[in-house]
Amino acid sequence: MSVIPKNIIRFVFFILFQVLILNEVPPLHQFIVPYIYFLYILWLPFNINRFLLLLISFVFGLTLDYFTGTPGLHAAPCVLIAYIRPYLLNLLIPQETTEQSYVEPGHKSMGWAPYLLYIGVLSFVHHFYLVLIEWLQFGNFIYFIGKVTGTTAISLLMIFITELLFVRKGRYRANK
Amino acid sequence: MKNIFLFIRRYFTFFSFLLFQVISIVLLSSASKTHESFFSSGANEITGSINKKYSGLKDFFGLKETNRLLAEENARLRNALSINFPVIEKGKKIVIDSLVRDSLGHFRKYTYLPAKVIGNTVTLQTNFLFLERGSNQGVKKGMAVCGPQGIVGVVVETSPNISKVMSLLHRNSKVSAMLKKDNNSGSIEWDGTDPSYLTLRNVTKSAKVANGDTVVTSTYSANFPSHLVIGTVAGISSESSSNFYTLKIKTATNFFNIQYVNLIENARYTEQVQLESNSQKNQ
Repeated sequence: MSVIPKNIIRFVFFILFQVLILNEVPPLHQFIVPYIYFLYILWLPFNINRFLLLLISFVFGLTLDYFTGTPGLHAAPCVLIAYIRPYLLNLLIPQETTEQSYVEPGHKSMGWAPYLLYIGVLSFVHHFYLVLIEWLQFGNFIYFIGKVTGTTAISLLMIFITELLFVRKGRYRANK
Repeated sequence: MKNIFLFIRRYFTFFSFLLFQVISIVLLSSASKTHESFFSSGANEITGSINKKYSGLKDFFGLKETNRLLAEENARLRNALSINFPVIEKGKKIVIDSLVRDSLGHFRKYTYLPAKVIGNTVTLQTNFLFLERGSNQGVKKGMAVCGPQGIVGVVVETSPNISKVMSLLHRNSKVSAMLKKDNNSGSIEWDGTDPSYLTLRNVTKSAKVANGDTVVTSTYSANFPSHLVIGTVAGISSESSSNFYTLKIKTATNFFNIQYVNLIENARYTEQVQLESNSQKNQ
């Protein structure tokens, strides 16, 4: 499947999975909210235009907001991680080899350690910003720290499970 | 001039990033302050229709529970029928009242409209419910929403066929409440931690509160009729610095499996709210 239809299908799938399944899960603890939808942004191709990346992330976040009834709450962190993403990728991977031979970020194209760092940093930034916005509206400091930590941990766990469940072929760009 | 364009072009990504951030924050702040419709009703209808299909699927799994709740409510209402409280005949003469108008001045204040829940969240800080009944079917902003077990929330936004309800589990939700046994009033809020517990503030310390006391809606509310069940007292905390109790209330409504609710229309809502807002201007 080529890149564009695949990403459109992912868009729909991630939104529906987050809205219809994860948002329905009864909360285990006030600090733990399962979020995985932003993995869509992390999985977008390497060579995507930066402005397009920001625009897609904004639309993606806002789509989720339409379902939860909080306009802008998820859109803002999505745009933030989309903005940071190219800089982080530049730091983490060897320019010449990986970016030119692979289509999108993954443990096969980057190696486990840089990929985990990439996922970890962006998940943390996403949750930090998301909870910060919530916290500015209400809440206290312990709530803020606890929720960022708890939510990041549960997200990383779910992303790890997702990677094990859905094996993405680390495709070479030449085979496209 | 050329330099300005070059500057903008150089930092184009950064500027678009800032633009998107500003848009998001503006949307968020304007929406959470006023609860006005930023969402055009069009978008509401699209997400509403997806939510509707999904809730149709989920309904099958909850049928048994819904049935039980409705049966319980039926039994309770049957018990309240006036036929269960016969009056001993004392009169001697039967007079047929030929007046069409109720000469005692009774009027209908509250009307109940049933509605199906097609969207519901409990995990966020700002939880809303979506009902499959909109302004075309008589829903108005500010109407109270009550489930079979207890109250649920207040309508904040309507589109032609869908309406959006601010759940009691919303950080800005505030409902006037009182203790059933001695009518001491306070206000119900949510602290955002546990979806099965609410907080009742500003109950005077002279009230004799005990765990398990029933909390009902007060007579002061413009949208809620009085004496609808909210929950039961589950914990009492009193700070020595204030004259008020803060009570932890177990909700009567189970927000996790709510399926059908009643919207309650107060015929004198506009009149009351207008008068209340007038008095604020006079201060």
